[in-house]
Amino acid sequence: MIEILEGLKAAFQLVVGFDAELWEISLRSLRVTLSALVIASVIAIPLGTYLAVQRFRFRRFVISLINALMGLPPVVVGLVVYILLSRSGPFGVLDLLFTPTAMIIAQVIIITPVIASIAHQSMRELWAEYHDLLISLNTSKRQRILTLIYDGRRNLLTAALAGFGRAIGEVGAIMIVGGNIDHVTRVLTTAIALETGKGDFALALGLGFVLIGIAILVNIAIHSLSRTEREGRW
Amino acid sequence: MTAVFPLKLDRVLVRRQSKTVLGPVDLVLDPQGATIVIGPNGSGKTTLLRVMHGIERTSGGTVSWARDDPAKHAFVFQTPIVIRRTVADNLAYPLKLVKTPKDQIAAAVDHWLARIGLLGSRNNQAARLSGGERQKLAIARALIRKPDVLFLDEPCANLDGHATREIEALLHEVAGAGTRLVMATHDMGQARRLARDLVFLLDGKIHESGAADALFAAPGTAELAAFLRGDIVT
Ligand SMILES: Nc1ncnc2c1ncn2[C@@H]1O[C@H](COP(=O)(O)OP(=O)(O)OP(=O)(O)O)[C@@H](O)[C@H]1O
Ligand SMILES: [Mg+2]
Repeated sequence: MIEILEGLKAAFQLVVGFDAELWEISLRSLRVTLSALVIASVIAIPLGTYLAVQRFRFRRFVISLINALMGLPPVVVGLVVYILLSRSGPFGVLDLLFTPTAMIIAQVIIITPVIASIAHQSMRELWAEYHDLLISLNTSKRQRILTLIYDGRRNLLTAALAGFGRAIGEVGAIMIVGGNIDHVTRVLTTAIALETGKGDFALALGLGFVLIGIAILVNIAIHSLSRTEREGRW
Repeated sequence: MTAVFPLKLDRVLVRRQSKTVLGPVDLVLDPQGATIVIGPNGSGKTTLLRVMHGIERTSGGTVSWARDDPAKHAFVFQTPIVIRRTVADNLAYPLKLVKTPKDQIAAAVDHWLARIGLLGSRNNQAARLSGGERQKLAIARALIRKPDVLFLDEPCANLDGHATREIEALLHEVAGAGTRLVMATHDMGQARRLARDLVFLLDGKIHESGAADALFAAPGTAELAAFLRGDIVT
C-alpha cells in the first residue's frame, strides 16, 4: 500500500516536474507503438476485410492461422526477430538490432494478428448486413472492401485500439530486440522492468502510472475524434 | 441501345440442401408492363426474383437477357437494406459506384429526396428512419441509376395503407416512364392495382401465369381461385 502511494507520488513528481528523461522515454514509447500500429493496421484491416468478403480455398485455414498467431508469446516473437536481425542472421546487414526499428518490427508481428482478427469479426457482421445489396449493385471486389472499411470504421478503430493497448504495454519482445539501451531504445515498459530489477519500486510504479495514463489518453483522444465526427457529419 | 428484354427463363432450377426450392421454371418476360408474382409463403417468390436479378445461384437451366447489363437492373429487398450512412449518402451510393460526376449526384439526390418526402431527413442516419421511410429510401436508391427493370420483393409488406399508396403511386410513375416492374406481393389488392401479368407460384413451380385481368376474372385452376379468395392453399 505504501509502495503504491509512493508510486503515485513519484509519478506526480515526474509529470509535474517535466522530468526530461520521462518525456524522452514516453515519447519513444508512443513513437514506437504508434508506428507499429499504423503499419499493422495498414496490413491487418484490408486483410481482415478481404477475409470477410472473399471466399477462397484456404480461407478457413488463414483465419485459423491468424487466430493462432494472436496467441504468439511476445518473448518468442522477440527471440525470432532477434535471430533474424542479428549479425549472423539473414537480415544482419541491415544493422537493425537494438534500434527502435527492430522494436517496431517485433510489435507489428505481435499486433497484426490481433487487429486482423478483431477486424475480421466485425467486418463479417457488416458483410452479412450488406451482402445482398452490394451484390445487387454489381460492386467490384475493391468497392466492397472499401465500402466495408469506410462504413465499419468505428469497429475498425476499436480493433486498432486493441492493438495499441497490446503494443504499448508489451515488454518481452522489445526488451530482447531493443536491448533497453538508455537514450536509444529505452521505453516505458522496459524502464519499468529495469527499475523494478534495481528495486526502485516507487520510480517503477511512477512510470507504470504514466504508462496507464498515456494509454487512457490515447483511447479518449481517438474516441472523441470519432464522436466529433458523428455529431458533425452524422 | 437495345433493350434488356425479353428475359427468358428456360428450365431454371434452384436446389438447396437436396430440396428443390424453385423450378423447373419456364418464363418469358417481354419489355413492357408490370409482372406481379404471387403465391403462399415459401412458394419461391423471393428465389424467383433473385434468380432473374442474377444474385441467386441456379442449379440448372438458363436465364438469358436480350442484353445483359447488371447495372441496368435494380432490386428492392423484402427487408430493406440501408447502409450505415445518412439518408442522402444512401441515395448517392449507387451513383458513386459508377463514378457519376458530383453535381449530377447532388441533383439526383435532391430530386429523389423531394420525391419520397425525405428532404428534411437528408442528414439523418438512414438506420433511424421508420420502416416505411426506409422502404421508400430503398426504392429511390434502386431507381437512382435509372434501371430498365426494377425487382421488388414485397415492398409494402409491413406498411400501412398510406405508405403503401405512396409507394404504389411512385411505382405507377416509374412504370409509366418505361421501367419494367417485377414484383412479389402478398397483397391481392395491390396485385390487382399494379399487375399487367400475373405469375402464381406454388411449391416452387409456376402453377399458372398470364394476363392479370384475365386471371383475376377467371382463374384457370382451383388453387389460384382459392388463393385469390384468400383461402389457404397448399
Ligand atoms: N439457402 C437456402 N437453403 C435452404 N432452403 C432455402 C434456401 N433459400 C430458400 N430456401 C427455401 O426455399 C423456399 C422458397 O423460399 P422463398 O424465400 O423464395 O419463398 P417466398 O415465396 O419468397 O416466401 P415468403 O412469402 O415467405 O417471402 C422456402 O421453403 C425456403 O425455406
Ligand atoms: Mg419472400
